[in-house]
Amino acid sequence: MSPTFSIDTATVRRIATLARIEVTDAELSTWAEQLSGIMGWIEQLKEVNTDGVAPMSGGTDLKLTLRPDVVTDGDMVDQVLANATEAQDGFFTVPKMVE
Amino acid sequence: MSELTSLTIAEARSRLKRKEFSALELTEAHLSAMERARHLNAYITETADLARERAKESDKRLAAGEGRPMEGIPLGIKDLFCTEGVQTTAASRILEGFSPPYESTVSQKLRDAGTVMLGKLNLDEFAMGSANITSAFGPVKNPWTPQGRKAELVPGGSSGGSAAATAAHLCMGATGTDTGGSIRQPASFCGLVGVKPTYGRCSRWGVVAFASSLDQAGPITRNVRDAAIMLKAMCGYDAKDSTSANLAVPDFEAVLGQGVKGLRIGIPKEYRPDGLNAEVNALWNQGIDWLEKAGATIVDISLPHTQYALPTYYIVAPAEASSNLARYDGVRFGLRVPGKSLDDMYAKTRATGFGAEVKRRIMIGTYVLSAGYYDAYYVKAQKVRALIMRDFNEAFEKVDAILTPTAPSAAFGINDKIDTITMYLNDVFTVPASLAGIPGASVPAGYTTEGLPLGLQVLTKRWDEETLFRVCQSLEDAAGFKGLGPL
Repeated sequence: MSPTFSIDTATVRRIATLARIEVTDAELSTWAEQLSGIMGWIEQLKEVNTDGVAPMSGGTDLKLTLRPDVVTDGDMVDQVLANATEAQDGFFTVPKMVE
Repeated sequence: MSELTSLTIAEARSRLKRKEFSALELTEAHLSAMERARHLNAYITETADLARERAKESDKRLAAGEGRPMEGIPLGIKDLFCTEGVQTTAASRILEGFSPPYESTVSQKLRDAGTVMLGKLNLDEFAMGSANITSAFGPVKNPWTPQGRKAELVPGGSSGGSAAATAAHLCMGATGTDTGGSIRQPASFCGLVGVKPTYGRCSRWGVVAFASSLDQAGPITRNVRDAAIMLKAMCGYDAKDSTSANLAVPDFEAVLGQGVKGLRIGIPKEYRPDGLNAEVNALWNQGIDWLEKAGATIVDISLPHTQYALPTYYIVAPAEASSNLARYDGVRFGLRVPGKSLDDMYAKTRATGFGAEVKRRIMIGTYVLSAGYYDAYYVKAQKVRALIMRDFNEAFEKVDAILTPTAPSAAFGINDKIDTITMYLNDVFTVPASLAGIPGASVPAGYTTEGLPLGLQVLTKRWDEETLFRVCQSLEDAAGFKGLGPL
């Protein structure tokens, strides 16, 4: 494990904001330590020569198939809303965003 | 009725057809076994009434001589498969109260084959784990216990409930999902057969997503034939999954008697690192010997990028997970924790709803995908992944199948203190095949000196599950492994 790899608490805060996960100030340093440990271990990938290698972006060697661009499903508002904590008049509701 | 729970799927199938007992009796026997074994915590949700209803339907069909391929066979379903009208949790608090209005393709196919769902099985939260200790519903206990000391062991993960329930005869087989080893490693820890088919064989539609380019469903059973029967029912083309393969599904059961005579079996030197557990190493040598005696040719091979598979996986899988799990926002389903603003509600909901391991992987994934790091980590990992696949492609020009250990150890203790990376190392032998998208299976082959099961892993090239099953059957025949009886 690379002892030099370090993710600081400011970076943790930035990642947590991007990930929309609330992190308390008390948790920041624990997270920094944990993420530094994992990323330090991952650093070994830098040893691998990948010049001229095309990235593998999916799990299959088959061509993705296309289908006609037509509606095949839908018209089930009640089912779609059935699992929402709050729904009103056929819509999901969220806290007020615009004053 | 423990006699009924001791049957294999193949035996129950023919005896149901001969009407020696009813599907309802078979289901009742399993429901009472489940009740007696609740201390294992294998099931999150038991669906007894639904099971009885479906078993009665099976009895009607059997009476009319219209039994389907798995008519009346009681199974457990990993709680990662959405099941119509039955709570689906992914073992996470964030899906609290979620009852899908639809059925996953795989569980629908199993229903269409006549199987009876007994309930939803425990797992690591969002299938992230190798010990089934990250579940919001508590850890699962392995029904196997070590000789000579008192300890509660993990069943492996993430399909830990599936493995524990199958090993303890609380179902005749169970669905699992495997992203980096989550079918094969728990199968090894619980003395079972676990098959991860080629990526694309089983539809992912309706399976709660973890890492979409890796996730693949498969069966966990007590023997190879049962796995062949169950996999056939699970796989096949599905227009609702764009990566589902539009290929004919072979009759896996038909090849079981063909043996391994003339097959070339590769033994990759990179799977024998310094410090490999001596018992695991000895069992691997034993497996090589068995296959050679059965007429296979053993070939030494090299998969040079093996050591980079695990760090590659811990970029690719968290990256995909961070994207897939963005949908848990407290708006459309599951848990909602109120906040001062919309963003605050998201952040509080996700902080409360996700457990530590899930958060860890979302954070890693978010980091490696963030501006400035994308090429250095994510694209780099995708390139190394291509090299890992190339290693396998080159190997399969020389051999028909590869034999390795499934896991670096037998099951460990539920309360053992294990650091994050050591836990990740559980999947060191299973992750390479996941990254390459090739099929892999674990077959129980022997025991530790404490009497705990150990599995061997068989790998073949894409879409060649038939050779995979031939090698698995040959190992099973040679090993004469005896699993647990009903509890």
